[in-house]
Amino acid sequence: MVEVNLWSGLRSLTGGRQVVEVEASDTGELLRELVRAYPALQGPIDAGVSVAVDGRIIAGSLNEPIRPDSEVYLMQRLRGG
Amino acid sequence: MALDDRKSDFKFVGTRPDRPDGLDKVTGRAKFGADAHAPGMLHGAILRSPHAHARIVKIDTSKAEALKDVKAVITRADFSDKVPFKPGLEGEFWNVLENVMAGEKALYDGHAVAAVAATSALAARDALKQIEVEYEVLPHVTDVDKAMAPDAPVIREGAADYSVPEGMHPNVVRYHESGHGDVEAGFAEADLVIEDSFVTEATHQGYIEPHACLASLGNDGKGELWCCTQGHWIVQKTCAALLGMETSNLRVTASEIGGGFGGKTTVFIEPVALALSRKANRPVKVVMNRSEVFRATGPTSSASMDVKIGMKKDGTITAAEGIFRLQGGAFPGAPGDMTAMCGFAPYNLTNVRQVGYDVMANRPKQAAYRAPGAPMGAFAVESVIDELCNKLGLDPIDVRLKNAAYEGTKASYGPRYGRIGLVETLEAAKAHPHYAAPLKPGQGRGIACGFWFNHGGETSVSLALSEDGSAQLMVGTPDIGGSRASMALMAAEVLGIPYENIRVTVADTATLGYNDVSHGSRVTYASGLATIKAARNAVEKLCERAAAKWGIPVDAVKWEDGCAVPSGPNAGDFDPMPLADITTNMGSTGGPISGHFEATPEGAGVSFGTHIVDAEVDPETGKTAVTRYTVIQDAGKAIHPAYVEGQYQGGAVQGIGWALNEEYIYGEDGRLQNSIFLDYRIPVASDLPMIDTVIVEVPNPGHPFGVRGVGETGIVPPLAAIANAVSNAAGVRMRQLPMSPPRILAALKDNG
Repeated sequence: MVEVNLWSGLRSLTGGRQVVEVEASDTGELLRELVRAYPALQGPIDAGVSVAVDGRIIAGSLNEPIRPDSEVYLMQRLRGG
Repeated sequence: MALDDRKSDFKFVGTRPDRPDGLDKVTGRAKFGADAHAPGMLHGAILRSPHAHARIVKIDTSKAEALKDVKAVITRADFSDKVPFKPGLEGEFWNVLENVMAGEKALYDGHAVAAVAATSALAARDALKQIEVEYEVLPHVTDVDKAMAPDAPVIREGAADYSVPEGMHPNVVRYHESGHGDVEAGFAEADLVIEDSFVTEATHQGYIEPHACLASLGNDGKGELWCCTQGHWIVQKTCAALLGMETSNLRVTASEIGGGFGGKTTVFIEPVALALSRKANRPVKVVMNRSEVFRATGPTSSASMDVKIGMKKDGTITAAEGIFRLQGGAFPGAPGDMTAMCGFAPYNLTNVRQVGYDVMANRPKQAAYRAPGAPMGAFAVESVIDELCNKLGLDPIDVRLKNAAYEGTKASYGPRYGRIGLVETLEAAKAHPHYAAPLKPGQGRGIACGFWFNHGGETSVSLALSEDGSAQLMVGTPDIGGSRASMALMAAEVLGIPYENIRVTVADTATLGYNDVSHGSRVTYASGLATIKAARNAVEKLCERAAAKWGIPVDAVKWEDGCAVPSGPNAGDFDPMPLADITTNMGSTGGPISGHFEATPEGAGVSFGTHIVDAEVDPETGKTAVTRYTVIQDAGKAIHPAYVEGQYQGGAVQGIGWALNEEYIYGEDGRLQNSIFLDYRIPVASDLPMIDTVIVEVPNPGHPFGVRGVGETGIVPPLAAIANAVSNAAGVRMRQLPMSPPRILAALKDNG
């Protein structure tokens, strides 16, 4: 299982939990499993998220590997100028 | 400060050759957006709303259409009706369509409502006067705090997304909250807590080249578009959606670009020109004037912010909290989330909480402007830290060093940092002669740090070798910061051929795979990474040809200084085979040799900077002068140091404008009062001191040569650093930007 840290604004969509656990081996699977476990996360994920894996911010790629002990954070999709 | 004294393993990277576009630009040979012409070309002009908020009751175009010089008149009805409305940023195509041509309502002063194509630019502008628009004027709001108030006029129902808490005004369309620890417990531990409020006005990117394009869309459904943009693939995708076309039927070519800074990452006139061309069945050119640029293209967000920080007497920050409200015009997209995530990012905090709001108001749709959202937040946060340092009698660099984030620090936005260079920039600031230089009476010094994420994005690059051993490199990212020089240097490094033998072209959408926009400081990082890998791909093929000529296995050949050489003593005894000796007959040894690479690289690496500013204030007039300025920033690895220094200097200069002079001024009627450069004052050379720069190099492990993006971070610290310098010079905390002479005088008066 991978521990996923959410930003606190998402707590209202996960029954108050800011850290959730899902089974996933890459970033795409992580997002799919998050929605399966917490359907209300579909909104923020559709609106655009990035995933930080062990400090590396994955802006949008769905095929980046995740290890069970990886530090994983869901982040708002980054926008640049 | 040059890097010439440093040893380097690189032969080309880190040198400062002449820029490849220099001669074109100084002789006028470079072709910008407005420099394109086509046989039978018409000229387009756009009618804009004079009202900040109004229902469009009726548009009568019959008189304009009757004019003999007019060949087409369009309104919203001439665009696709299949672009769906969705809340928040999900419906971005709909938002862009609504912005480039109003639907039921005009949402800001300058909003496009109709357009004309005629045989001359003058005839087109004259014809606009014959279009009759009946408006029902509605109440408007342009201020961010007023737009959130319960009695504010609603700009669009249903625009808010999932994130907005119940009970908020419908103009609040997105909400972000993040952080960690317990801020209340942290504040209780502090020896001093300061809470203060700050305001910044919208500013424009101020690029010198106005938007311009030439569009041709025929009866066969095939289109050509030449335009000034930071990213022609997003132009292609957006225009195709807005006009209901297949993407591949529209070929977009990026012109030379006279500045973008984030403001040319979307479309404004391009879909309008295409719709006019489709209706007139002739090419149509549209060129904005400066007033249109100000009124209808993206300024930054304006912001209203509350920041509270607790500190111990030794300078340790015990807790930090920020509320950041950003106004982004009459559409979702103000980067309140980015402001929140970046504000405290330089610091290693146990207790931190940040909230960001995206708020709509009757202003033009905000667009990115170098590190969108970050400069405002840094202004508020770094001002409070400065005030804490002043009150506690602490050195501002020592306090920042004490609290600075480093590798392994849990960032304020969540994850732990990899290798970062903030501490190195602070140490360089402390060691810089500027920091030790005495100040004259009436002068003040300001310090500030800044953070930006940087970005990777979709990238595709091709490299083709010529028979004479020169190389042509095709990239898909418009050159807004010297990227053609940087790409040529990186390709030269891998191929081992001279920089001058590599020509870099920004390819059009029909000749290369999809490339994300030149934004997010991504080009030297991502296109650079793809260039290195495309060149390595070509080198593999060169080694294969050499191996075949020598009759040895390919793994017995390596590439060194532009030549194939045997990889070791056992590989055989052959003289080095230069690149040109391989390419000269490549047609008969297996065919043309090219290299290619495409990916979405995800290792951009975050970036930090520290700025030192001296300013003096004239107490009689309130005029401020920046007397000395030093930028220190981590570049990871500077490919072409002169361009990196240029980015640092440009960020500082734009920050000086934002801090001291530039602002969108709206009248009571919601109309923009200062839509030309005479009334909207950007800094000119005579306003500025020499901007000194220090390039810190803490390599980014996500790039083969260690590059971090440098284009955006440079504008994050200036607002704060200048405000701290001016506040220290004036002896009063400046909480509102710009710090124009009337505001300085008012602050001095209030301070007695």
